[in-house]
Amino acid sequence: MITAFAIGIAFGFALERAGLGSARKLIGQFYGTDFTVFKVMFSAIVTAMLGAFWLSRLGLVDLSRVYVPETWLLPQLAGGLIFGVGFVIAGLCPGTSCVAAATGRGDGAMVVLGMFAGVLLTGLAFAPLRAFYESTSRGALTLPDVLHVPYGVVVCAVVVVALAGFAVAERIEKRA
Amino acid sequence: MKEKPYADPYVAGVGLGLVLLASFVFAGRGLGASGAFTRIAAAVSPANRQLPTANDSWLLYEIAGVVVGGFASALLAGRVRREVERGPRLSSASRLGLAFAGGAAMGLGAVLARGCTSGLALTGGALLSAGSWIFMFAAFAAAYAAAPFLRRAWR
Repeated sequence: MITAFAIGIAFGFALERAGLGSARKLIGQFYGTDFTVFKVMFSAIVTAMLGAFWLSRLGLVDLSRVYVPETWLLPQLAGGLIFGVGFVIAGLCPGTSCVAAATGRGDGAMVVLGMFAGVLLTGLAFAPLRAFYESTSRGALTLPDVLHVPYGVVVCAVVVVALAGFAVAERIEKRA
Repeated sequence: MKEKPYADPYVAGVGLGLVLLASFVFAGRGLGASGAFTRIAAAVSPANRQLPTANDSWLLYEIAGVVVGGFASALLAGRVRREVERGPRLSSASRLGLAFAGGAAMGLGAVLARGCTSGLALTGGALLSAGSWIFMFAAFAAAYAAAPFLRRAWR
């Protein structure tokens, strides 16, 4: 409980520092003017991925005890598409809306309320969704499993893709 | 107090990544946000108790921390301000309406996908979960596809 609270504080702090509590900054990602979302997300993913990989390689942490989000192909594809549209309408995602609301932004508070309403209504209308929701389960499937390559190869590939992405983002930002 | 500029995105990103890594090591799980909403919804609506994370109180404490940490960071940088952030052509009321509607759509999407940008994209992205990468690509693709239709709201 204390751990959860402490980790949350650090999480919120990092999001606000990066400027991700601001809808106008976030939304620049989708109009090619501000790639903060991509840069922050992918430097975070690369950092945590490399950290987890090396800590487990060196035997310092047992990565198999960390919960890996399970894969449900179609629900996550459809959910991702709906989520992406909602994201551009709202300008904030669930975590960043909490930060925006906490720093005094009324739009952030409305995203929080809308999010809550959406979750509530989905629960109430869950019966017809259930079959789809429970379809195409693949368990704790990882990219190395799908691609049949060693874990370290995918780790390297993600690093290369992220670095290439950063270079492209910097070039587009300079032009804009 | 004068507003300080935001941190360098790469520095902030590495910081965020270390927070995520600390969560893996000390809590055995990653970060989350939408699950806290599912948890609260389950507390007030019996129908929501059938969804996963309905009993997950860890996320409640974590999201309470997010609010405190976000506020503290903004306070230290002189960025706490009552305002409605919106596009230059949008009224405050329209912005609040869109914020609510977009939030509701994300609520549906996050329930279907079993997570959001925090619990799926960031956490599962770093752990190379296949479903997380599917979610991330789908969300980015849909956001780019929808953006031209929402130009009036933001530009």
